[in-house]
Amino acid sequence: MQWHLIFNISKTLLLARLRQSVIAAVGVTFGITMFITLVSFMTGLNKLLDGLILNRTPHIRLYNEIKPSENQPVNLSLDYADHINMIRSVKPKERPLEIYNSQAIMRSLKEDDRVLGVAPKITAQVFFNVGAIDLNGIINGIDVLVEDQLFYFGDYVTKGNLRDLQTVNNSIILGKGAAEKMLVDIGDVIQVTTARGERLSLKVVGIFQLGIADVDNVQSYASIQTTQKLLGESNNYITDIHIKLKNLDLAPAMAPEYKKLYGTDAIDLQTFNAQFETGTSIRNIITYAVSITLLIVAGFGIYNILNMMIYEKMDSIAILKATGFSGKDVKWIFISISLIIGISGGTFGLIFGYIFSSIINQIPFETAALPTVKTFPINFNVFYYLIGIVFALITTYVAGFFPAKKASQVDPVEIIRGK
Amino acid sequence: MEKLILETNKINKYFHDPVTNQVLKEVSFSMKQREFVSVVGKSGCGKSTLLYILSTMDTEYEGDLILDGVSMQGKSDEELSRVRNEKIGFVFQFHYLLPEFSVLQNVMMPGLKLAKHSAQEVESNAIDRLKSLGIDHLAAKRASQISGGEKQRVAIARALINNPLIIMGDEPTGNLDHKNSDIVFDIFHQLAEETGQSLLIVTHDHDFASRTDRIIEMDDGRIVNH
Ligand SMILES: Nc1ncnc2c1ncn2[C@@H]1O[C@H](COP(=O)(O)OP(=O)(O)O)[C@@H](O)[C@H]1O
Ligand SMILES: [Mg+2]
Repeated sequence: MQWHLIFNISKTLLLARLRQSVIAAVGVTFGITMFITLVSFMTGLNKLLDGLILNRTPHIRLYNEIKPSENQPVNLSLDYADHINMIRSVKPKERPLEIYNSQAIMRSLKEDDRVLGVAPKITAQVFFNVGAIDLNGIINGIDVLVEDQLFYFGDYVTKGNLRDLQTVNNSIILGKGAAEKMLVDIGDVIQVTTARGERLSLKVVGIFQLGIADVDNVQSYASIQTTQKLLGESNNYITDIHIKLKNLDLAPAMAPEYKKLYGTDAIDLQTFNAQFETGTSIRNIITYAVSITLLIVAGFGIYNILNMMIYEKMDSIAILKATGFSGKDVKWIFISISLIIGISGGTFGLIFGYIFSSIINQIPFETAALPTVKTFPINFNVFYYLIGIVFALITTYVAGFFPAKKASQVDPVEIIRGK
Repeated sequence: MEKLILETNKINKYFHDPVTNQVLKEVSFSMKQREFVSVVGKSGCGKSTLLYILSTMDTEYEGDLILDGVSMQGKSDEELSRVRNEKIGFVFQFHYLLPEFSVLQNVMMPGLKLAKHSAQEVESNAIDRLKSLGIDHLAAKRASQISGGEKQRVAIARALINNPLIIMGDEPTGNLDHKNSDIVFDIFHQLAEETGQSLLIVTHDHDFASRTDRIIEMDDGRIVNH
């Protein structure tokens, strides 16, 4: 194949029909622009929404759940092993929420190479005393530094400073909703009563907003030490261990492993939040469906112009064949025309896609639910630009292939005789 | 003895549309190198059909065609294209040029395809051909912007670019006025005499035919005299 010659012939034929060729290329440009813009925006949105859940959610959580024993004594007894044992009205056994030996478990977890980090946590049910009314609340005792590092908690503290939680004794960070209900602000002191009746005064050092009303109205954060003091527990007392993995996909397999190993309950993110993946995949499907539709339309544009060109160029095809060009040469001349349209249209598509997504990225998008987001999210990823150009090439190749095949089969005798 | 460059052995050709009709009947003849042959016969007797077969463009026939000692039977499209490119120069009745390209590019095209010489060499060859046909001043013009007589001379230059074994022409003057016909005929005679180019030209012009080395006369698909 003499690609240089074939390419030059294609170029000349293309330039002779410049206007139609440009229109066909604009079709491709439009399709690719839409694809890049849509996919960057949709995946940006996906990342944002996933982040909303993922940033603040452990991949695996170890805890003790209050529930009935799975193995009742009668089932363990060998005497009744071949009986069908029916027990009614089983009640949960009293079982402390504390994770035993939590320090050792955390040390062993940190040595597992699949684990990115481990954060201890205490959950305490409390009442916030506001005048004569008691509001329900939950205090999460956290290791401030680790919590920020693994779960970006600092990003959600909209007022005050997360670090003060560690440095100021008996301090608390309230959810925005709770703070508004109690009419308190940074520097104010609130009264807290635990489920067991102990009271403590806590100083508000910050206000956070996750954008999830259920959380912002009820949850609050204090340091581990403060929470232990509040509950009157020793400084080994921990109710939850939150684990972040290097690879999220391993979580469902690892949770049962830890459950067996450490004798606690373990739940993974995927089980805990089953709908999390659904939204993402639906948005992806929409993006690809729309883009492919647009490209198919563009492909028909190319198919049309090539068919028209071949119809007009019958004489030229006959001459080329009569003077020594083979059917294959002719086929590649027309496929090249199509590919030139595809590559130039696609390249402009990438450029415009980049421009459009950059513009969208500048549009202000402020919502109470998403305190860290100021503009529409865009995911700039070279990978999508690669997919875009590959899409353009495939569509134009397919659109060009059939007309080109037809051209390669033109019988020169028929054309020359037909005059 | 001069070697045979073209040989046919009992070529039969049928058309099946609308009814089966045998257009060529047992056509056998041969041509030596440096021969100038004309083909004459009534309209519809199968001259063009024969020429399309000889030029390898039409492959649906019975019998054998031997070009330069090689049978064309069972050759692929690719191989036949190569034969046309290298060994055959074709001049049509209608001046078939590529209208998007310049005169020079049209002449160069088969040479570039053959790729035996560099693009520069092909270009200088093409300019030489145009000069010898007296149309080098048209080199840069678009093929669609020149007159019919000029187009036919460009087509001849194109047919000559790869120094083909044989030039075939199907009534190459059929669409030209008297003056241009004479010019084209003169070119063919000149080629035959000066360069020893083998030529096989279908014509209606008896004057022209009588000045060739040999006349093949056809009637109703048969060669009746050669
Ligand atoms: N495609 C075709 N289908 C059917 N018959 C054809 C076709 N082409 C040519 N013919 C017939 O073949 C015969 C020879 O045609 P042609 O070779 O063009 O004659 P000439 O060139 O000698 O005038 C004519 O009778 C013509 O009608
Ligand atoms: Mg004819």
